[in-house]
Amino acid sequence: MATTQVNPTRMELTRLKKKLTTAMRGHKLLKDKRDELMRQFLDMVRQNKLLREKVEAGIHAANQNFMLARAATDAQVLDVALMAPKQEVFLETSARNVMSVDIPVFSYQTRTADANDIYSYGFAFTSADLDDAVLSLSQVLPDMLKLAEIEKSCQLMAAEIEKTRRRVNALEHVMIPDLQTNIKYITMKLDENERSTQIRLMKVKDMMLEQAHHYSERAAQ
Amino acid sequence: MYKIAVMGDRDSIYGFAALGLDTYPVYDPNEAVHTLRRLAEGNYAVIYMTEALAAQIEEELDRYRSQQLPAIILIPGISGNTGRGIASVKRSVEQAVGSDIIFGNDN
Repeated sequence: MATTQVNPTRMELTRLKKKLTTAMRGHKLLKDKRDELMRQFLDMVRQNKLLREKVEAGIHAANQNFMLARAATDAQVLDVALMAPKQEVFLETSARNVMSVDIPVFSYQTRTADANDIYSYGFAFTSADLDDAVLSLSQVLPDMLKLAEIEKSCQLMAAEIEKTRRRVNALEHVMIPDLQTNIKYITMKLDENERSTQIRLMKVKDMMLEQAHHYSERAAQ
Repeated sequence: MYKIAVMGDRDSIYGFAALGLDTYPVYDPNEAVHTLRRLAEGNYAVIYMTEALAAQIEEELDRYRSQQLPAIILIPGISGNTGRGIASVKRSVEQAVGSDIIFGNDN
């Protein structure tokens, strides 16, 4: 279905043929990109799911511990205990290129190396439940960071896959068929022109011969 | 050097302060949007947010989905798991594949 008007000329034909080759090549490349992205994405999203379940369970457990701590300790004491944290977490980010998608890679470091610095309070006035709670939360933290990395990667890759898929579909179902019909239309038109020229020439030749030799008059005699 | 923030209701997030994450207790959705914008423009690469709070500012979160930083990750709050976190993973799958092939139809 040639919706747009095309000039049936040889130049246009060459141009369209070149365009078709490019489109075919692009289509193949994009399709490969999509397939590979999809493969990696599915791996990653499975990992994401497992990790998320793990983190959610971890946080749930930590929250339960905090509940216990709140029950056993005065709210004010608890506030004071966690008011001035000793530990601090810094993130270093870099990007990893997966099929032209820049996915983030986080590496974290803490301000002090001492693992016990998560307890920012003296142990005298708080219950042991608080220690447990803080400890259980700190054990989830590495997984939480990993989850952040993977979940963000999944989101970015999903967006890229969607984009690529649309491009592949546009090429496959719109661009390439359109070009093919246009090329076919031009070829037919050119062939038709050629035939009509040939017929015209034959006719002219007939007429010229007729003028020169008067075949029809002779035939009549 | 980036930092990590945690947003949500105070009871759900105050424990994270001990680990050295920056906690931002917010309750009001409008306030949450403002805080989120400020954090996203600031020095935060990862922002954890409770599912309950995230449910109220969903449109705002969508803006950050396609950006490389910050990563906004939902975590269950003290009131329990609402399944919104896993739903966001599910959404990624649906966006990429066209239909959900990882989680099945059970949830």
